[in-house]
Amino acid sequence: MTDATADELIVDKGTPPLWGFTVPMSAAMGGFFGFLAGNTADNGLMGFVIGLIYGAVAGFVLMSFVPNRTAGRLGLIVLTAVVGFVLGTWGGAVAGIIVGAVVSWWIYWIGRGDYRSGVPIYATAGQTLWHNTYLFICGFIFFFLIAPIITIIPLSFNAENFFTFTPEMLALDPDGYSLKHYRDFFSNSDWQSAMWNSLKIAPVATILAVGFGTLAAIGLSQPHVPFRRAIMAVLISPMIVPLIISAAGMYFFYSRAGLQGTYLGVVLAHAALGIPFVIITVTATLVGFDRSLTRASANLGADPVTTFLRIQMPLILPGVISGGLFAFITSFDEVVVVLFVGSAQQKTLPWQMFIGLREQISPTILAVATILVAISIALLTTVELLRRRSERLRGLSPS
Amino acid sequence: MKLKTILMGSAIAGVSSMAFAQDMASDMTLVSWGGAYQASQQKAYVEPYLEMNPDVSITWDESSAEAVAKLRAMNEAGNITWDLVDVVASDAIRLCDEGLAMEIDFNEMLAEGDDGSSAEDDFGDFIVSDCYIPQIVYSTAAAYRPDLLPEGAPAPDSICAFFDTETYPGKRALEQRPINNLEWALLCDGVAKDDIYDVLETEEGQDQAFAKLDTIKDDIVWWSAAAEPPQLLADGEIVMGSSYNGRWFSAIEEQDQPFEMLWDAQVFDLDGWIIPTGLPEDRLARVMDFVRYATDTQRLADQAKYISYGPARASSAPLVGDHAELGIPMGPHMPTAPENSENVFVYNYTWWADYRDDLDSKFQAWLAQ
Repeated sequence: MTDATADELIVDKGTPPLWGFTVPMSAAMGGFFGFLAGNTADNGLMGFVIGLIYGAVAGFVLMSFVPNRTAGRLGLIVLTAVVGFVLGTWGGAVAGIIVGAVVSWWIYWIGRGDYRSGVPIYATAGQTLWHNTYLFICGFIFFFLIAPIITIIPLSFNAENFFTFTPEMLALDPDGYSLKHYRDFFSNSDWQSAMWNSLKIAPVATILAVGFGTLAAIGLSQPHVPFRRAIMAVLISPMIVPLIISAAGMYFFYSRAGLQGTYLGVVLAHAALGIPFVIITVTATLVGFDRSLTRASANLGADPVTTFLRIQMPLILPGVISGGLFAFITSFDEVVVVLFVGSAQQKTLPWQMFIGLREQISPTILAVATILVAISIALLTTVELLRRRSERLRGLSPS
Repeated sequence: MKLKTILMGSAIAGVSSMAFAQDMASDMTLVSWGGAYQASQQKAYVEPYLEMNPDVSITWDESSAEAVAKLRAMNEAGNITWDLVDVVASDAIRLCDEGLAMEIDFNEMLAEGDDGSSAEDDFGDFIVSDCYIPQIVYSTAAAYRPDLLPEGAPAPDSICAFFDTETYPGKRALEQRPINNLEWALLCDGVAKDDIYDVLETEEGQDQAFAKLDTIKDDIVWWSAAAEPPQLLADGEIVMGSSYNGRWFSAIEEQDQPFEMLWDAQVFDLDGWIIPTGLPEDRLARVMDFVRYATDTQRLADQAKYISYGPARASSAPLVGDHAELGIPMGPHMPTAPENSENVFVYNYTWWADYRDDLDSKFQAWLAQ
C-alpha cells in the first residue's frame, strides 16, 4: 500500500503533539469559519464558539481514529455539507463543502507535520513559521487581486436589477439567474453604439501605435543615434505622466487644432498612449536580435527595406504583436482621455460603463465587465504564447 | 440685432418647421443625467421630435453632473460641442452668472400654455434664473425598508427618524454634500422651519447643525450618485436613505422592492435646460426649434408618464396621466401630490449660491475629522 508507506514516512519525520498543537490549531481554523458563518446570522461570537468546538472535535477524531486521509477528508466534507444543508439549503451545502474541504485539509496538513515539508529538516520552529506565513501572504495577495474580479461573474447572471446576491441565487435556484443583462447589452442601442465606437477606435489606434512604435524602437536601437535616452524618455512619457494631466493637455491642444470631439482626435490620443508599450516590447526583442544578420543580408545585396521586411521583422514579430496587443487593450480600456478628447459621438465602452456606474447602477455593467475580462484573458494568453515562441526562436538564432 | 433676427426666425420656424429647415443644423448634442430620467426625455419628446424631423440626429452626453466644469473648459478652449444642457437650478444660476448660458426670452422663445397663459405665467415661480427653462420638479426624499426595522418600532413618519438611532438602529444613507443635510439636522434639533437659513448663516448655527450630524456620523453611509441608495437599501446595507423621488419610484414600482416612502421634509428642486452661449447660428436655430417643442404643455405632461417628476408648467398638471408601462396613475407618486407634500422643505437656491463654497469646505473638513 503506497498510502501507508507515505504516511509512515511522514510519521517518521515527526508528528506534532496532538493536544499541544494539532487540536488547538484545528480549533482555531474551525473558529475562523464559525465566525464567518455566524456573522451571516448576525451572531459572530456564537458562530466562533461553535466553530472552535467543531474544529477541535474534527481535529481530534481525524487524527486519532481516521488514518486514511482520503476517507477522513471525504467524511468531514460530507458531514459539514449535510449540516450546511440543514441550516441553509443548497447555498449552505456549498458553503459546507468548502468549509469541510479546507478544515480537513488543514487538519491533515497540521496533524501529519506536512507543514514542515517545504523547509529543510533542520529548520527551527521560527523558520518554519516564517516559511508558511510567507506562502500564506502570497496566497492572500492573489486572493485580493482575483476575488473582486471573480465576484462580478456570478453577479452578472443576476435576475434582478441590483448588484445583489439574492436569496434565490444563494440557494442556487435557477430562477435567481438569468441572461437578461447580457441580452440588454446586445440589444440596447447605447451599449451597441459604444461597443462599435470602441471597435472602430481601438484597431486604428493600435495600427498607428504599432507602426510608429516599431520604427521608433528600431531607430533608437541603432548605436549611432544621438540623444537616444532623452528621445526614449520623451516617447515613453505618456506612460509615466499621470493620465489626467495628459488628458487635460490633449484637450486644450486638440481643441485649438480642431481635433477635439472628432474620431481622428480620439484615435491619435489613443495611439500616443499605446506607443510606449510598443516601444518597450520591441526594444526588449531587439536586445536579443543579432546585428550580424542584417550585415549578412546587406552583404548578399539586399537593400535596407528588404532586410527589414525579410530578416528583421520576422524575428521581432512576437515583440511587435505583443506591443500591439497592449496598445489595443490600452485603447479599449481607456476612459480618462476619451472623456476629455472625445465628444458624445465617440462614446466608447469604458465611457458607457463609467456613466452607467455613476448614474444608474445596472448589472449590465457586470455583464459587459465579464465579457471584457474574457477578452482580456484571451489577449493575454496570446501574448504569453507569443513570448514563448519568441524565446524559442531566439534560442535557435545563431549568436 | 442679429441674434434677434435668428430668434424671430426660429419662432416662426417652430410654427412652419419646414420653411427654415435649411438654416438649421441637423446634428444636436443633448446633455442629461442618464438613467431613467434621460429615458423619460427620450420617450416624451426626443423620439416624437425625430419622427417629425427625420433628417435630424441627436446624440446624448450623460455629463450633467459635471456640466459647469465642462462648459467652463469648453468656453476656455473656444470649442462648444454641446447644444442643450440639462442642469439643476443652482448650476443654472452659476452658469448664468458666469455668462456661459444664454438668456432666455420666455414669452418669445417658448410656446404658450395650452390654457392660453403666457409661457412666463405658465412657469410662474419656477423661473429662477434668466437663462433657465425649467422642465420638472423633483424632490430629495427619504425611503426605508419596513422589514429591516426592529420589531415593534413604529413606522417612521418624520425625517428625524434619521437622527433616532435608538428606535431605528442601522446605517442610513445621506448625500455627500452639505445641502439638505444641514437643514434636516437643524430641523431635527428643534429649529423652526422658517428660521433655518437665518440660523445657518451664523457660526453657532452651523456648529449646531454639525453637532447634530455628529450624533449619527458613525451610522451614515455617504452617497454621491443617486442610484446608490436604492442599491444599498435593496442589499440591506442600510435601513433608510435619501435619494431623488424618481429613483425610489423606479425601485418600488418598477423593480418591486419592499421600500416605503418617507415624504416628510422632502426638498423640492428643479431640473431644466440651459443653452450654452456662443453657438453658431444654424445650431442655435435647431436648438430653439427643439426646445420650443420639448417644453410645451403636452410634452412636459407626457414626460410624467415615464418618471414620477412633476411638470414645471402649471398647464401640464391636469394632463398628467398613467404610467406608460405599468398603467398606474402617476398623480399620487408626484412629489407635488397633496398627500406627499404635507411637509415640504423649501430649498433656498440663492442662499446656497452665496454660502455653498464656504460650507462645502467646512463639510469636507468635518467629514475628515
